[in-house]
Amino acid sequence: MRHVISLLIENEAGALSRVTGLFSARAYNIESLTVAPTEDPSMSRITIVSIGSDDIIEQITKQLNKLIEVIKVVDISEAAHIERELMLVKVRATGKDREEMKRMSDIFRGRIIDVTETTYVIELTGNTAKLDSFIEAIDRTLILETVRTGVCGIGRGDRILKI
Amino acid sequence: MVLTGAEIVIRCLQEEKVEYVFGYPGGSVLFIYDEFFKQDKVRHVLVRHEQGAVHAADGYARSTEKVGVALVTSGPGVTNAVTGIATAYMDSIPMVIISGQVPTAYIGQDAFQEVDTVGITRPCVKHNFLVKDVRELASTIKKAFYLAQSGRPGPVLVDIPKDISATKCEYAYPKSVAMRSYNPVIKGHQGQIKKAVQLLLEAKRPMIYTGGGVILSDAADKLAKLVRQLGFPVTNTLMGLGGFPATDKQFVGMLGMHGTYEANMAMQHCDVLLAVGARFDDRVIGNPANFAEVPRKIIHIDIDPSSISKRVKVDVPIVGDLPDVLDDITKLIAASGDRPDEKAVKAWWKQIEEWRGKDCLKYDRKSKIIKPQFVVEKLYEVTKGEAFVCSDVGQHQMWAAQYYKFDKPRRWMNSGGLGTMGFGLPAAMGVQLAHPGAPVACVTGEGSIQMCIQELSTCKQYRLPLKIVLLNNGYLGMVRQWQQLFHGNRYAESYVDALPDFVKLAESYGHVGMKIEKPGDVEGALKEAFKRKDDLVFMDFAIDPTENVYPMVQGGKGLTEMILSEEL
Repeated sequence: MRHVISLLIENEAGALSRVTGLFSARAYNIESLTVAPTEDPSMSRITIVSIGSDDIIEQITKQLNKLIEVIKVVDISEAAHIERELMLVKVRATGKDREEMKRMSDIFRGRIIDVTETTYVIELTGNTAKLDSFIEAIDRTLILETVRTGVCGIGRGDRILKI
Repeated sequence: MVLTGAEIVIRCLQEEKVEYVFGYPGGSVLFIYDEFFKQDKVRHVLVRHEQGAVHAADGYARSTEKVGVALVTSGPGVTNAVTGIATAYMDSIPMVIISGQVPTAYIGQDAFQEVDTVGITRPCVKHNFLVKDVRELASTIKKAFYLAQSGRPGPVLVDIPKDISATKCEYAYPKSVAMRSYNPVIKGHQGQIKKAVQLLLEAKRPMIYTGGGVILSDAADKLAKLVRQLGFPVTNTLMGLGGFPATDKQFVGMLGMHGTYEANMAMQHCDVLLAVGARFDDRVIGNPANFAEVPRKIIHIDIDPSSISKRVKVDVPIVGDLPDVLDDITKLIAASGDRPDEKAVKAWWKQIEEWRGKDCLKYDRKSKIIKPQFVVEKLYEVTKGEAFVCSDVGQHQMWAAQYYKFDKPRRWMNSGGLGTMGFGLPAAMGVQLAHPGAPVACVTGEGSIQMCIQELSTCKQYRLPLKIVLLNNGYLGMVRQWQQLFHGNRYAESYVDALPDFVKLAESYGHVGMKIEKPGDVEGALKEAFKRKDDLVFMDFAIDPTENVYPMVQGGKGLTEMILSEEL
């Protein structure tokens, strides 16, 4: 099962490597990991997407909690939540492909944020499936490069991760 | 008060009432050593290898309720210490390791004797720090001591760059520590405790299984109270020996890979299992799938939530400090006025006695060659069960665990988790310093002892009158045993063809050496050795090279699939 684990961690040097080190040392899986400071700069928030059985996910949350710098851990995918990911795609945009790319970007509610005579950079936000389907929908040979942030997530409504 | 970083380190150690620091000097810790030189409150013990320093601090901690402290220099000082740190981590031993680091301006430049200490040690410490600002030094050391001994204990490392130890700042030792991210649970959940009590009182085939947590949290008294109140059988893990008196009738011996027949059978066939400060590791329950074949309710008390339901699904998890939770359970049972199901428990004991009747630790007492079990039994008799026993890793470790009956906690020191050969001798040094005048034995093998043999020199310098009981079979015995049983008798590289003359070796370090070759001489030699209160006596016992440790559960097999001794 795919789980989205959110955690608050002290914003200190080396804290992130304790988290990633834990995953590699215990052979847990990381699908994606995002991290940035929160509105309180002394804390960072990490979102990890991991795949594992319920037992493994339980161990992951316990082991994360055991790290001294981790303040709070929540599996936000246990209840209603929202996931978003940002992708930038640089595509070849010449001839008839130029119009096609613009059209596809519009369909997916993307934005073209860089334009040259031969390329576009398309910015796209959404859940992982939406970004995947964009990649599927356009002509693969036109993709010059892609970069994705990985998933960040938040609980719906009153579910709040805060100290 | 304005002090240098090095002065602050010493002040902090004094504040923490540290008696001994085990260490080895080097370039990046010279300012700190200079401060050692100027005071005599905190004593420094100079080892011969950094691994020895960490093991000695570890042995000191295991045999007391205090934090062990080691001090090493940057680079190779740290890498040599890593085995010791990992050993302590696996067994949850409270320790603070202070390491020197190259000056802050040199970090990351591949400087002389530079390693990424925080990176290298990260997976084998409870926590570690790199101090980049001298103003944070005192609070960091305070945190290190707090983290090491609170919650589930463990080693904490503080890495101090050389310039930090020379820089001055205003010093004040913090009185307390508050960390928003770290708040270990003490009190067990009352609802869970109620459930546990109910299960215990309803049990037909109860079993109590206790581990190193009982020793580390000083819960032995509370455990004994509960065990006697219930009248249930109790088993200890290798790490938990001494947690319940081994000479007590309710004790069914150690369990696990080399546990007794009765302990393993009772563990497998019980219907309610109370696990106390133990973690169901692979050497204890064997294959979890086999263990799950018999349905049973499991209550698990542990300070570390991640130890619960890790390898075995638990029905009633209780997170908390053992003495506190055990006390709650005892009181709740007393208050309930209910008693365990006496008829069922009596029948269960009858079954256990039948298993016990197998006498699984029987060995050939008429042998003309010295049997290792016999040596350990005699060691027990000669020391009246009062010795502190440190062991290395291998067959001798298991024989010591099986045949020396530990009645008290903190008397048995061994590397249970990491299985570190070379642990015994330096650990015994730490134990002897913590308990001057007490009998301290190091039960070892000729393979293990050579992994830290250089510490014999440290023993001379500090006049540590250890009694080394070398069970010498000329083989890396446990490796040979596995090769015999599982690799078609092909003894690949397990025979050590060129052993030193240990008597002369001991003598060359200034100690007393003895070679014992006949069973009839064993007791006399041990008596003579323990009579020599001021000397380290190195006893080289020539034991039967073919002897194996039984019972044995092969790795990956179920607990009841025991290989028993040919004697049975």
